Amino acid sequence: MGSDRKNFDEMLFGSEGVRQPYDNYEKWFGSEDPARLTKKSKEAEAFFRRTGITFNVYGQAAAQERLIPFDLVPRILSSREWTRLSKGIEQRVRAINAFLHDIYNRQEILRAGRVPIELISQNAAFLPQMIGMSPPGDVYTHIVGTDIVRTGEDDFFVLEDNARTPSGVSYMLENRETMLHMFPELFSQIKVQPVSDYPKNLRKSLAACAPHSCEGKPTVAVLTPGIHNSAYFEHSFLADQMGVELVEGHDLRVVDGHIAMRTTQGYKVIDVLYRRVDDEYLDPLNFKPESMLGVPGIMDVYRAGNITIANAPGTGIADDKAIYSYMPDIIEFYTGEKAILKNVETWRCSEPASLQYVLEHLSELVVKEVHGSGGYGMLVGPAASQKELSAFTAKLKSNPGNYIAQPTLSLSTVPIFTKKQLAPRHVDLRPFVLVSPNKVSITPGGLTRVALKAGSLVVNSSQGGGTKDTWVLED
Amino acid sequence: MLGKTAGGLYWMFRFLERGENTARLVEAGFRIALTRSTDSETEWKSVVTTAGVKDGYGAKYDTFNAANVVDYLLRDTTNPSSVISVTEKARTNARMVRTALTTEVWESVNENWMTLKSALKKPVKETELPAILGIIRQQSALVRGALHGTMLRNDIFDFAMIGTALERADNTARIIDVKYYTLLPSASFVGSSIDNVQWETVLRSVSAHRAFRWLNESEMTSSTIAEFLMLDARFPRSLAFCTKHLVANLGYLAKDYGERLPCHDLADSLQSKLKKNDIGSIFETGLHQFIGDFIRENNAVGAQIELDYRFNG
Repeated sequence: MGSDRKNFDEMLFGSEGVRQPYDNYEKWFGSEDPARLTKKSKEAEAFFRRTGITFNVYGQAAAQERLIPFDLVPRILSSREWTRLSKGIEQRVRAINAFLHDIYNRQEILRAGRVPIELISQNAAFLPQMIGMSPPGDVYTHIVGTDIVRTGEDDFFVLEDNARTPSGVSYMLENRETMLHMFPELFSQIKVQPVSDYPKNLRKSLAACAPHSCEGKPTVAVLTPGIHNSAYFEHSFLADQMGVELVEGHDLRVVDGHIAMRTTQGYKVIDVLYRRVDDEYLDPLNFKPESMLGVPGIMDVYRAGNITIANAPGTGIADDKAIYSYMPDIIEFYTGEKAILKNVETWRCSEPASLQYVLEHLSELVVKEVHGSGGYGMLVGPAASQKELSAFTAKLKSNPGNYIAQPTLSLSTVPIFTKKQLAPRHVDLRPFVLVSPNKVSITPGGLTRVALKAGSLVVNSSQGGGTKDTWVLED
Repeated sequence: MLGKTAGGLYWMFRFLERGENTARLVEAGFRIALTRSTDSETEWKSVVTTAGVKDGYGAKYDTFNAANVVDYLLRDTTNPSSVISVTEKARTNARMVRTALTTEVWESVNENWMTLKSALKKPVKETELPAILGIIRQQSALVRGALHGTMLRNDIFDFAMIGTALERADNTARIIDVKYYTLLPSASFVGSSIDNVQWETVLRSVSAHRAFRWLNESEMTSSTIAEFLMLDARFPRSLAFCTKHLVANLGYLAKDYGERLPCHDLADSLQSKLKKNDIGSIFETGLHQFIGDFIRENNAVGAQIELDYRFNG
């Protein structure tokens, strides 16, 4: 753990003792019997199993459903810290929506030369089907999960924008429920801003984006790829909490120019579809013809203005890792302001000079696939073996445009509860943002993911990470 | 409600009912095999036949003995009707229709699956069988309790009840079908010990031995048993009871949706056949014939419900 000493720990700050937001929690923790906490920790696991809060791991037939390990020490932010973060996130999300509208319409940012045109025109995430169309209220990213890391008291970086279909919000909600269930006394001693309104706000926010053709109360539905999808629990959880139908592609068809779902009493029109199916599977007539997960013709209904798809098709162009490196420019271009939250320095391997730098410093860098997600296919230089490094060197040389590289940040740590004591582990944060025509709202908190292995920087649940409840304190 | 959701609920409750009934069959078979040592092979064979898995069993085993039959019916994942298979399918369906279930029902079905998976992990020893059958019975009682105690009485509940009623009617009918010859009044050894064994098996297979004795203290004859299992609408596993509930729940749907569909007529006609016959006229038609017709028509109601309420498209 020697290497962790230079890390910023959000709870315990060197010799100065506990950082202010953790004051009250630390007092409570100090008076607790570790044996009771160990028992509570086991209870939490049983609770998750019984309620079925599981995720499926691809390529692991034997362990089809796994639990994401939950750590009972909350990650705590002061309301001052949160205010700053949420301002930065809102600024970024507004810029992303402006960018998307521009890219699919007048393309002024390309004409101004602030973003290279090849990055758009040759990008698989750019959907020609979206050109010249404006979704209701000009909202493209109805739901965003911005990934944020921290390296110091005032140093927050945006790692990824996740403007397609961010997942994890069910864990934010269930982690809080679990904490309330296990430690009710904590919440009467410490005032924490609630997160439980999220499903209600999600439904309101989606309904506010209904197409103009919708008369009366909009019908909202959640589209899932099905029970084998890794995030199926979340899809059913959100539909259940919002009180809307959870549909699959084969429940839907085009009826009189609208998308309708097959009910026991015939077909019923859907106005807003919160889809958790990727763009390319959404419509076999317009994208991948072999897709069984989508609805044939939905893009035509969409273009005719008879359904709202959330998030809009083609938003992937905004959270592409190559576009990411231009975000400070994008924010400035559309808002006229400097970015409040920093970007992580990024080398685009498509550029020869950057590629050379990356190859020379591979053991210090984190290399990611431009279109990758979930921690698959990435290289963490400092943790990689010689063999892995040389294998990656070959990959980089053969397809440089597929990769970007970033410095290995010394991510902040928050303690986790181990058998013996508190031990620092690296964390990130994914707050959840809802966008409707007249409002951007961010739930105070979000999902804190934590690397459970000492020293590890990989927090993805598919790679053995866990989660924590995230608290934003009341003023 | 989505057609898919209605179908998911209907099958979920068919699977749950089937698992419970299979456990009950095993329980009856086990008891008979223990108390009457003669001819237990025939007994186990009829258990497998009643469970409707004779072909699958035959492909795997040559002889009918307790160990093989118990294993095949309780924990064999290659048997689609084994307790573990239907428990898993019920739970998969519950995940699929999660938004239609209360937390209590979902958790009880999930827990049912977790508990049985662990209880049936290893082959069941004879000494453990009663305890394990007890767990299965208890788990299904928990699911039923959660269903009745927490669910809104709307179309969701109706589809759950319809699945249960159809499956249970099918099960009781198949028990009668397999054992019909022991229930014929012409059997010459009335009152002999052979008859008593057979009758007891039949009654135990549907947990009716107690209820039957309440009602027929001294008069255990083939025709009173047959009458009780088919026509007594007070007994919750009789054909009359199941059909009454099938018709009632379909009726709630018709009222709720404001529409009568072909399945309603089929169910009504199934019920009227039971109503207008007494046990004498059933024996005149031929018990075997009557039960065979019932099973076919009961299945036809199920197939029509799937169409009428758009389970699949």
